[in-house]
Amino acid sequence: MIDCVENRLLTSRRGLLLGGASFAAWAYLPKFARAADGRDPRLVVVILRGALDGLATVAPIGDPDYAGLHGSIALTADGAHPAIMLDSFFALHPAMPEFARMYRDKHAAVVHAVATPYRDRSHFDGQDVLESGYAGPGRVQSGWLNRALEALPRGERVSSGLAVGPTTPLVLRGNAPTVGWAPVALPQADDDTAMRLVDLYRHRDPALASALSQGLQLEKAASGDDMKRKPGNAVTQMRQVARGAAKLMAADDGPRIAALAFDGWDTHANEGGPVGRLAFLLGGLDGALAEFETGLGDRWRDAVVVVATEFGRTARINGTDGTDHGTGTIALLAGGAVKGGRVIADWPGLKLANLHEGRDLKPTTDLRSVIKGVLQGQFGLSDRVLAETVFPDSAAAKPMKGLVA
Amino acid sequence: MARDSQAARVALNRFGFGARGGASGDLINAASDPRGFVKAELARPSGVLLEAPGLQSTPQLGQAVFAYQDQVKQAREAAKAAGSTEAPAQAPADQKPALRRNLSLNAAATEVAGQMADAKPADSAAKPEMQPNMAAPQPAKPAPQPLNVIQKTFRAEALARLQRATLAECGFTERLVVFWSNHFCISASKGELARIWAGAFEREAIRPHVLGRFADMLKAVEQHPAMLFFLDNQQSLGPDSRAGQNRKRGLNENLAREIMELHTLGVGGGYTQDDVTSLARIITGWTFAGRQGQLGAPGSFVFNTNAHQPGPQMLLGKTYEPTGLAQGEAALADIARHPSTANFIATKFVRHFVADDPPPALVARLRDVFVKTDGDLKALATALVDSDDAWKASLTKMRSPYDFLVASGRLLARVPEDPGAYLNSLNLLGQPLWSPAGPNGFPDTSAAWAVPEGMKLRLDIAAQMGARLGNNIDPLDLLEFAAADAASIDTRRTVERAESRQQALALLLMSPEMQRR
Repeated sequence: MIDCVENRLLTSRRGLLLGGASFAAWAYLPKFARAADGRDPRLVVVILRGALDGLATVAPIGDPDYAGLHGSIALTADGAHPAIMLDSFFALHPAMPEFARMYRDKHAAVVHAVATPYRDRSHFDGQDVLESGYAGPGRVQSGWLNRALEALPRGERVSSGLAVGPTTPLVLRGNAPTVGWAPVALPQADDDTAMRLVDLYRHRDPALASALSQGLQLEKAASGDDMKRKPGNAVTQMRQVARGAAKLMAADDGPRIAALAFDGWDTHANEGGPVGRLAFLLGGLDGALAEFETGLGDRWRDAVVVVATEFGRTARINGTDGTDHGTGTIALLAGGAVKGGRVIADWPGLKLANLHEGRDLKPTTDLRSVIKGVLQGQFGLSDRVLAETVFPDSAAAKPMKGLVA
Repeated sequence: MARDSQAARVALNRFGFGARGGASGDLINAASDPRGFVKAELARPSGVLLEAPGLQSTPQLGQAVFAYQDQVKQAREAAKAAGSTEAPAQAPADQKPALRRNLSLNAAATEVAGQMADAKPADSAAKPEMQPNMAAPQPAKPAPQPLNVIQKTFRAEALARLQRATLAECGFTERLVVFWSNHFCISASKGELARIWAGAFEREAIRPHVLGRFADMLKAVEQHPAMLFFLDNQQSLGPDSRAGQNRKRGLNENLAREIMELHTLGVGGGYTQDDVTSLARIITGWTFAGRQGQLGAPGSFVFNTNAHQPGPQMLLGKTYEPTGLAQGEAALADIARHPSTANFIATKFVRHFVADDPPPALVARLRDVFVKTDGDLKALATALVDSDDAWKASLTKMRSPYDFLVASGRLLARVPEDPGAYLNSLNLLGQPLWSPAGPNGFPDTSAAWAVPEGMKLRLDIAAQMGARLGNNIDPLDLLEFAAADAASIDTRRTVERAESRQQALALLLMSPEMQRR
């Protein structure tokens, strides 16, 4: 009997213990998804909250100042855990073999010395700028990915059932309706109770009516078999979220565009070098990328995953074998549609005089240019829409060409 | 006499934690003198303190963690010495670290709502026995792992806080505690010390000053071992200090930055990167004594001269002479008095109590009170209650998950005996107790909580509560306790027309009257 109850619950509501991770997606298919050219592009945006140390992830080993600045946690090309050389200058963290393989197969690329227009060092403002797409911090309630969705011709509603997560990342918040996942499953309120409540809200509280109706619509039949709650650490959670997201996105009527956020990148102390805390997290990220590749199956061919973070960390390690809040960092691109196998960088150098404010990697590429390049390559958004609507007042940051094959 | 139910609702929901059900008469009492009802709690500052049998001090708790960690280590080494490589490392039986319980789905759900249902009715405090569980048959649960000292402490602290919030008359001072605790948050997820200290931090650094001075709270917070651990200051060494030179480690500016960005001046409050670095240097040596107790009682705040950066420091345009611990205390006292701090605090305060977009005139007024009284927080709270703006604004703020659960428990007049249902529900709803994702605390706007995912989960929890408790209560009585004639006709009709008492209770708990404050 108990099994029966469980089965019913399992088929009516699926959840996932996300911990420091969350997933949300657009509730509609873009109309061109079945367009004549046969391309059916997918886009995943992965936000790393806490500020990723770009110099520790893709290390400029060829820069004569790198080893001294990154000190005890610097990567090296030899030793017990050698970094993976991407070219003669940059080396990838050894915890990321899957990304390295994609890079070799020319389905992954790195953009280095990149930053949003934000130049202060508050996580929360930095994340707001990264996700809102506005040039500066401020209280806004929509993100650039959501505004990009609004610019796309809306097709059929996504019918895959998703339970809903407790938060939607700002990057995907806005007018375009989105769907997400719950961290854990509960027995559902019955439909009748839900409908009565929606009716009450319609009369008294339209905002709650809209929120709850959206939540309820996602309750319809779900599919997949391993989305139930499992214990696990942050790393397995990253993989689980990616696996579930990929599965949903792989379906014919699944969402084409999604955002995830992974927490925990604020490595002030004991960041670790080739092994240690950051290595652990990067292993989780690497695993998540591999899950997308596997889970999307044939769809991977037309997919791009963008990994971005609010800012970088100090070029020089601090007094506690970690790094403090900085500026320039990296963005990662992975997916069959990426024109990969390259590190794209106008390298500023790490001499003291070249560091931003004498402490951080100087950004030479605007992250908005990278994202615009991807949005244009994947979905054909015009320069003008990108410069006015998606990233307001950003005409100077031209879309980067040739990112998408 | 015209009963002003709407003003009573403002008193109980904007300022307090919602009307209690049962025989409390909260709504009627509040209606007769709404302002007086709220201010009565301010007149009893000792009522803010929380002392319950078994709640221990920070050093005692720190020592308990050190002892626990030693036991785990010894057990591991003993197992190793015995050559049994397959034996898992274990602490002694009663303190074995509990694995995360992998509950089946319906077991988890039963636990969430069930424990709430099993809570003791407030008006039957003399009857300690659990109510028989008449709901669906319980699935067989695996024997639960015994809790270790850290988990036991966390749950005891959580329970004490929840009971206080459930029993408080208006709940204004408890709301102030929650506000300041979130403003100066730590996160229990930082590690074992943070988890065991989370409740003590609030009892020791927040509560004594909620109706005291901001500067005193600031000092108590920044010198509390839980904060020093949470934001890494115990690792920060003055680069030119003896310890810094010997160990070749140095500054960590995490705490210094958050003091200025999140605790006092706010972003754009007039400080620079140099000020952050300066303050970081000034507070080097602010740490807590470790397990060896070389610097003091293990787990207590100490100033470690050996780790303190020598020399004068320039901060916000002023030079602070090298006076050891006093150097940092002087700096904090000045920061507490900075005009940006007054502005930042007043804005956040009004946002919490009145509206997501705080009315500028009210912010300005509270800012002036803060400045004129040198950060007297009781004066600040009083000025808020005295202002007309705070009473005129409609109740548009969305209840946070914690507010929602506590308000529901109060209306249902059930004092929790076990915190599990609350803690699980808070985890589900994205507001795990004392564990925000970052040092900026949980969000305080409706946009963060009135979201599709969260509303659906709230409904599921409310439905569970309805299923478990609907038998024993009259939902229309509860509506009377919560809102009386201030309830909307739509809500009244929805509750009246529900197909069952269970459904009626779920709908009442989800009504705008219970979701907004």
